[in-house]
Amino acid sequence: MTTPTIAPPDLSHYGRFGGRFVPEALIAALDELEAAFHSAQADEAFGARMSELRRHYGGRPTPLYLAERLSAHAAGPDGAAARIYLKREDLAHTGSHKLCNVLGQGLLTERMGKRRIIAETGAGQHGVAAATIAALLGMECIVYMGEEDCRRQRLNVIRMRLMGAEVVPVTSGTRTLKDAINETMRDWVTNVETTHYLIGSVVGPHPFPMIVREYVKVIGEEVRAELLGREGRLPDAVVACVGGGSNAMGLFHPFIGDTDVRLVGVEAGGDGVDTGRHAATLSGGSEGILHGARSFVLQDDYGQVRPTHSVSAGLDYPGVGPEHAWLHDTGRATYTSATDEQALEGFRLLCELEGIIPALEPAHAVVPTVELARRLGPDAVVVLNLSGRGDKDVDEVAEVLRMVDA
Amino acid sequence: MTAAIRAANTDGRAALVIYLPAGYPDLETSRACLEAAAGAGADLLEVGFPYSDPLMDGPTIQAANQVALDAGCTPDDDFAVCARLTAAVDVPTLVMTYYNLAWHYPGPGQEGRATAGSSRADGLDDFAAACRAAGLAGAILPDLPAEEGARWRKAAAGGDLDTVFLAAPTSRDHRLQAVADASTGFVYATSTLGVTGERQSLSAMAGPLVTRLRDVTDRPVCVGIGVTTGAHAAEVAGFADGVIVGSAAVRAAGEGGPEAVAALVRELADGCRRSASVA
Ligand SMILES: Cc1ncc(COP(=O)(O)O)c(C=O)c1O
Repeated sequence: MTTPTIAPPDLSHYGRFGGRFVPEALIAALDELEAAFHSAQADEAFGARMSELRRHYGGRPTPLYLAERLSAHAAGPDGAAARIYLKREDLAHTGSHKLCNVLGQGLLTERMGKRRIIAETGAGQHGVAAATIAALLGMECIVYMGEEDCRRQRLNVIRMRLMGAEVVPVTSGTRTLKDAINETMRDWVTNVETTHYLIGSVVGPHPFPMIVREYVKVIGEEVRAELLGREGRLPDAVVACVGGGSNAMGLFHPFIGDTDVRLVGVEAGGDGVDTGRHAATLSGGSEGILHGARSFVLQDDYGQVRPTHSVSAGLDYPGVGPEHAWLHDTGRATYTSATDEQALEGFRLLCELEGIIPALEPAHAVVPTVELARRLGPDAVVVLNLSGRGDKDVDEVAEVLRMVDA
Repeated sequence: MTAAIRAANTDGRAALVIYLPAGYPDLETSRACLEAAAGAGADLLEVGFPYSDPLMDGPTIQAANQVALDAGCTPDDDFAVCARLTAAVDVPTLVMTYYNLAWHYPGPGQEGRATAGSSRADGLDDFAAACRAAGLAGAILPDLPAEEGARWRKAAAGGDLDTVFLAAPTSRDHRLQAVADASTGFVYATSTLGVTGERQSLSAMAGPLVTRLRDVTDRPVCVGIGVTTGAHAAEVAGFADGVIVGSAAVRAAGEGGPEAVAALVRELADGCRRSASVA
């Protein structure tokens, strides 16, 4: 294994991954965005406004909670397992980690003088966050959402509309997140001069994966600082679910240089990676180019992108951010998967043991975290990124659990 | 390709470039439609290879792509259409598809290459060779911008293929230069901001873009995206070397097969001539 440096030397690529594979019409906007990002990073007033909004509007820092009953469950009757901490992104405003990214990009949109935001969404959490920031900053917001996802995440459709966003159901292709991204890209190609594409994860053409990472890495920075204070040490492992990979990248990034800290990503295993009905891109995919970047893709041998399946709309995506592809390829992070059934098991565990109803996305990471805590033993500390709360999922879970129980 | 465009220009008209996807409405009819386009006055043909995520395409071409994919069309089926087409007609023919498809060519049996080792090769050399074998003259990969294009240009040079890159109304001057430098055959000027699809009227952005391209290149400049009618073609022919029509032709192919394509192409070819006599 080669040990990666913290930031790959070429900001637009992560090893051979990343880059910009988009129509020429978008290149000028990507250049403009990159320039705006760098100038904002150097601007103290911008930084101060962001910290202020993060704290008083967004509810950061979010708590780091020692989940004693979940840890005890991991230990089992012999009583030997790691302490499991939950990073409570579910308690942030809008109910997930997604606000960190949209706050940053929303302020960048304002800085670029644009007043129209477009976004894709799968679970609706990013769409809700984008609608939130658009309301806060007085901007127009259009959210593209697969028709199938509109159905299974109805609560979030209502939330977006309440805040004044227009939700456009996408009926092309698989009617899920991949096609919502295609449709948002098409809107952007058309309206690029007035519009910012507020992308929702560490995916897409450069500079998006870098910008989103810089805005979400506050998650890992908070974990690091707080754990050093409370435990006087770094964690042995940090675990997060991976859809496009933003909550995982946010948690992982500040620890990349700490090679003793295991970085574990959990993808959506659907019915099982060997069934072909899943969304575990790094575990079950191959290299390719999708949505503007070279990364891993779930595709057939010809390069046609395959339909995916997951009980969780937010993980139901055949791509993954290029920096994760690089962490995977270099071996710095490990990626595993949890099936729909394991995700529902994780969902129940957090509900019943901790009184926390998690989103189905981070519910995928619960069982792998429990297993890891058991393996690492009683002196270890494991942090699970609880990236969102599960209100949006209760209808879907109730329906699926009835099926499972029947 | 340049020669074919220049020949049309010398003839006092803009070259007419017709796009149709292989496999729509089925493989055999798509070939017949392309032949009909050539017979009715197209100077160049673009054969689309259907891809699952055509993000530069509007509803008409998306739907046509999906029909072909649902019927199980593979790139080799598409190449077979091209091979028969180029054997039968005398107009230069290009492939238009998305980068991931070219990158993966030839598909099955390449697992080792696509998944293991860190210095893996891609399928671009094989794709270029297959283009050549099918009698194609070049390729357009609309999601491959000039800055990521070095690898493809090397593969294309090996296959003696022209590489056509896109210029957009939003491209800054230094980028127009890069696009023109990377392009051989012609430069594709996108008439407007947007995806493929029929439009009521031609965008006012096309003329100024072509003028700016003239400052950086002597290569032919063809204008596409949204060119729908003979009147649009005549307008574009007033300032560009070639006129590219896609969605309108695809709709004709779906609605009335080769005859409808031929009728549309005659109207467009007429437009390409009309403006030249005015200009
Ligand atoms: C709560 C939650 N976690 C995770 C994800 C997956 O996205 P990412 O992998 O970018 O964190 C989503 C996406 O909608 C989400 O809503």
